[in-house]
Amino acid sequence: MSAERDAGPPAPEDGVTGRGAGPLLLGVRHHGPGSARAVRAALDAAAPRVVLIEGPPEADALVPLAADKDMRPPVALLAHVVDEPGHSAFWPLAGFSPEWVAIQWALEHGAAVRFIDLPAAHTLAWGREEAEPERDAPGSTPSTAPAPPGNPGASGPGEDRGQGEDRGQGEDRGSAGDSGPGGDHEARGDSGPAPDFGPGEDHWVAGDPRPAGDSGPAGAPGRPDAAAGETDRPLDAAAVRIDPLAVLAEAAGHDDPERWWEDVVEHRAGTAGEPFAPFAVLEEAMGVMREAYGVGGHDRDLVREAYMRLQIRAAQREFGDDVAVVCGAWHVPALRQRTPVGADRALLKGLPKVKADLTWVPWTHRRLSRVSGYGAGIDSPGWYGHLFSAPDRPVARWMTKVARLLRDEDRGVSSAHVIEAVRLADTLAAMRGRPLPGLTETTDAVRAVMCEGSDVPLALVRDRLVVGDVLGEVPESAPAVPLQRDLTRSQRRLRLRPEALEREMELDLRKETDAGRSTLLHRLRLLGIAWGEPATSRGSTGTFRETWRLRWEPELSVRVAEAGVWGTTVLAAATAKAEADAVGAPSLADVTALAEHCLLAELPDALPVVMRVLADRAALDADVGHLAQALPALVRSLRYGDVRGTDTHALADVAAGLAERVFVGLPPACAALDGDAAEEMRRHVDAVHGAVGLLGEVTAGTASLGDGAPADGIRGRWHSVLRVLAARDTVPGVVRGRAVRLLLDEGELAQEEAARLMGLVLSPGTEPADAAAWIEGFVGGGSGGMLLVHDERLLGLVDAWLTGVPADAFTDVLPLLRRTFSAYETGVRRTLGELVRRGPALRTNAEATGSGSGIPGFAPDLDPGRADAVLPLLSLLLGLGESADAEDDTDRRADDGDGGDRTDHVNDNDLVRVAP
Amino acid sequence: MTVSVEPTSVHTPAGEREASRPSEVLRPHAEHAFAAELAALAAQDDRPRPERWLMSPWAVATYLLGGTLPDGTVITPKYVGPRRIVEVAVTTLATDRALLLLGVPGTAKTWVSEHLAAAVSGDSTLLVQGTAGTPEEAIRYGWNYAQLLAHGPSRDALVPSPVMRAMAEGMTARVEELTRVPADVQDSLITILSEKTLPIPELGQEVQAVRGFNLIATANDRDRGVNELSSALRRRFNTVVLPLPESADAEVEIVSRRVDQIGRSLDLPAVPEGVDEIRRVVTVFRELRGGITADGRTKLKSPSGTLSTAEAISVVTNGLALAAHFGDGVLRAGDVAAGILGAVVRDPAADRVIWQEYLEAVVRERDGWKDFYRACREVSA
Repeated sequence: MSAERDAGPPAPEDGVTGRGAGPLLLGVRHHGPGSARAVRAALDAAAPRVVLIEGPPEADALVPLAADKDMRPPVALLAHVVDEPGHSAFWPLAGFSPEWVAIQWALEHGAAVRFIDLPAAHTLAWGREEAEPERDAPGSTPSTAPAPPGNPGASGPGEDRGQGEDRGQGEDRGSAGDSGPGGDHEARGDSGPAPDFGPGEDHWVAGDPRPAGDSGPAGAPGRPDAAAGETDRPLDAAAVRIDPLAVLAEAAGHDDPERWWEDVVEHRAGTAGEPFAPFAVLEEAMGVMREAYGVGGHDRDLVREAYMRLQIRAAQREFGDDVAVVCGAWHVPALRQRTPVGADRALLKGLPKVKADLTWVPWTHRRLSRVSGYGAGIDSPGWYGHLFSAPDRPVARWMTKVARLLRDEDRGVSSAHVIEAVRLADTLAAMRGRPLPGLTETTDAVRAVMCEGSDVPLALVRDRLVVGDVLGEVPESAPAVPLQRDLTRSQRRLRLRPEALEREMELDLRKETDAGRSTLLHRLRLLGIAWGEPATSRGSTGTFRETWRLRWEPELSVRVAEAGVWGTTVLAAATAKAEADAVGAPSLADVTALAEHCLLAELPDALPVVMRVLADRAALDADVGHLAQALPALVRSLRYGDVRGTDTHALADVAAGLAERVFVGLPPACAALDGDAAEEMRRHVDAVHGAVGLLGEVTAGTASLGDGAPADGIRGRWHSVLRVLAARDTVPGVVRGRAVRLLLDEGELAQEEAARLMGLVLSPGTEPADAAAWIEGFVGGGSGGMLLVHDERLLGLVDAWLTGVPADAFTDVLPLLRRTFSAYETGVRRTLGELVRRGPALRTNAEATGSGSGIPGFAPDLDPGRADAVLPLLSLLLGLGESADAEDDTDRRADDGDGGDRTDHVNDNDLVRVAP
Repeated sequence: MTVSVEPTSVHTPAGEREASRPSEVLRPHAEHAFAAELAALAAQDDRPRPERWLMSPWAVATYLLGGTLPDGTVITPKYVGPRRIVEVAVTTLATDRALLLLGVPGTAKTWVSEHLAAAVSGDSTLLVQGTAGTPEEAIRYGWNYAQLLAHGPSRDALVPSPVMRAMAEGMTARVEELTRVPADVQDSLITILSEKTLPIPELGQEVQAVRGFNLIATANDRDRGVNELSSALRRRFNTVVLPLPESADAEVEIVSRRVDQIGRSLDLPAVPEGVDEIRRVVTVFRELRGGITADGRTKLKSPSGTLSTAEAISVVTNGLALAAHFGDGVLRAGDVAAGILGAVVRDPAADRVIWQEYLEAVVRERDGWKDFYRACREVSA
């Protein structure tokens, strides 16, 4: 410590007595491996008896857990409002975070550890206060509704939810970073811990809160902070906020602050001789910055710094000057200041307060990275981790890692490649005037040497190494994660007790409690917590019933803990998980299934992301079958969303786009199909037809203000597709027949035209098998029979065709016909049989009398023979004295009379016999 | 753009060629056209130079990317694109690794390689044009058979290839269209690149490359299948992929400038106000090529064609010719529609679906594109 005192630059003038007697202030950049190394060296040199760390003091009790052998970074300190897990804040710590290093050092050396930032009780309260007034603000998302316990929305000050699991988090994170959307720049201040993480802080802050999901642009590369600031709130706040790192880098003539920082701090070779020198320099720089910019728009920093000063004073009283403070470099000048205790106390007076709970939760590198929505805002945690852990020759070691990864992925990468890549990286660094190859140089070298210039394997490198898959672990003794609490509360509310014994449960979804249970179980399934498995219900098959098989296995608690990384409430976690799953889903069908699952689990907030992924996948999927399968689910979701009052506009667009793709792709996809494929395609056509009908209804409502009649448009286009299908000879018969049938049902095709098409198909030029398939397509399915019953012309065509089928072909078409006609209800079959038996006469009549009166399928005049047949019964009923036998006879006679003149129609009767 | 100097002709050092009045040739070599810039860069370059380089790597990068020298000399940019690419390329040449420039046609591969060679060695003419019929002699050495018969094998009877000369003199050699060269001929590069030696078994001699030798190859990455490089050879190269223009504005600019130039050289009547149509063509090309709409909201399938900037230029040029000769002199949607269809639909089955999907899903809905949509519908029907 003495070394520091001596070596340090003159104290900033305001901190009058400052340096000499003061504690050892180690200003760091959060998550900077260089800072972490320097902190370790400085602590080794100074050997303080207590280490004070910027972080929520409530976490003091959790510190010993950090030494637990089961504790593995990255982890995060999670603070949440008691009984309101949705309202939370995170302080992520990676293995290379200076704070983590400091904790570890202290635990190893028996020094005390204390967190000295403003208590989470206050920062959370700040966050909540902000949330309240903004609930009604236009910017706030709909889900900010006040708080049923599980509602994550409660916490977000207007923040959009994204992948970030819960908005609470987001918010706090926002707070951490500030970019809480709704939140303001103050959020940054409020969240205490994060913001100050050093010069880099702004970044850190900035990048993350915007979930990648909704904020495409903000998540984009570049300076996310600026983006976030601009996108979500009035500019003034954003304008005031400064990024100290950027300012310093600019002063040094660098356009990329991140790179500047790397060159100047992270990549500096050992400062063995002077462990305190880097801090001194940094402090000086920050001192100037603070003079120039004050708090730089981070107003709440003042309060936090006041608190920290008080804490430092308390520690000094206890330990003398054997005190080391690890905090964001930004705060160092302020902590150095000597301000009257009274003034600090005054600042802290009347702060809002809530009851807060803290615990450790596992974290991941992906989450630390800026890309994942609410990480710590560092782009390359994997790279930083590597820099921190590599004992020497970081570039060579890194290249070896990359080579191993690529080899595992079956790319031929030899040691020679590694050598060349290292050389290229070194030369590039020299050419760009950097002291050591940074991530940019190594990436360029990997691309040119190992990836043959391609960005595809490079993306893998980025994903697996630069960001990395590292998953932290937290010992079981850590306090329960909020997700568990939320689950417990839900279980209590729904009277659904976790039992190890397997039992089956019937849910009636019309009852509120049962519906809630179903939703909870579905959500848990999404989270991989397989407490309940859906079973097929034995009894009724009503859609309002669900049967679940429940069994709580002990390891499910572990699953809950793991799922804790997704969010603090079941709803939020399930939403985040669904979104992540959608992004990572391997196939279109998976996304579709997920979309349905979101409906069952009531995750309306996840739907937009899922739908977007669905649209993207659909755009790239060349298989019309997949698209056709996806469309109905999508349309159902659309209608569902409509019912829930969510914004369905985007969904409608997606669905319409999907339909459009199906329309375009369907006709070519129908060419050259074998029997099974054709049958499948017919099902697709049916599915699309149904979906288009629904879609037409939905879009009719929403888009009516647009041009023309879009709903009509989509139907119209579908009809034209059907017409193409109906007319194209390369399309299999079953699909053609179905297309004609659908057009006929829609009233798009006149009966005469349908009959003409049918006649065409059933004419002798067509292969009997194809014709039979056409018939199956045309009159197949339950209602097809009625069509034949009512339109005798069609029946007559079938009839005539069938009699003309040559004997050898007949056995081929028989199965098809049987399949077609056996699907009819008994009554319909019977009627058909009767019609056929009697058909010729009727048909002849109809044709003879021509266009006469009316309804197709009905003769224009009464059939005197049949009419007469009623008379005997009538006489009997009226007591006129004819016998029942006589009536029967008459009837039979009449039938015989009809059938008699058409003895050649044996086949018709065969058909009838076959059908049952 | 292919510079075709008779590859096996007797090599004339660049210096002597100055005498041949480059201004009269249709297209002077880079080292002649930009001699002043090269000289200024070399004169003011105080950074360390690799052996036999005319200037430092840093200056080579400046030569390609453009800049202003301390004395105020303005260096025009030769390549408009990411700085990173040029830096990696130049750095590669400074190591002993060979450089492979990959890219779809029309991404300035040859152009970049010519300028690199000109800046590094002052001579861009040590060139082997790769074709399906390129013999091994083009890469190693051939024989002057008259000499060979008269005096037996000797160094005098040997006709060196450009690569051999580059090795002997420590210069930069260039191989164009490496993937079109038959595989066995490609393989003769392996020893040259790894051992930096070219053995001449007939004479029991060898040529060892002197410092400063390096090789730049270009290859079309759409044609990978023609003669895919063996992994042994590929390993000797650092690969740089030259991208298509990054922004739509840049591409529109490139297209309109080239169209203008071509139009003038073909004596097409001037057609005014074509910029909107050009932008439309470029947008269509970029969207289909990139597989995503310009607003980033809809993904698309990409057709099998390259849809390079060069093709956009030809579509617009065709459209201009149509408009000038058969239309009313104004470039309209109908004039470019057929050309676009031809460029997009290379595979009649798959590409047609992609194109129609694009028309229906994207073009139809777009404001102000109604005429274009109709025109495309007419030609695709």
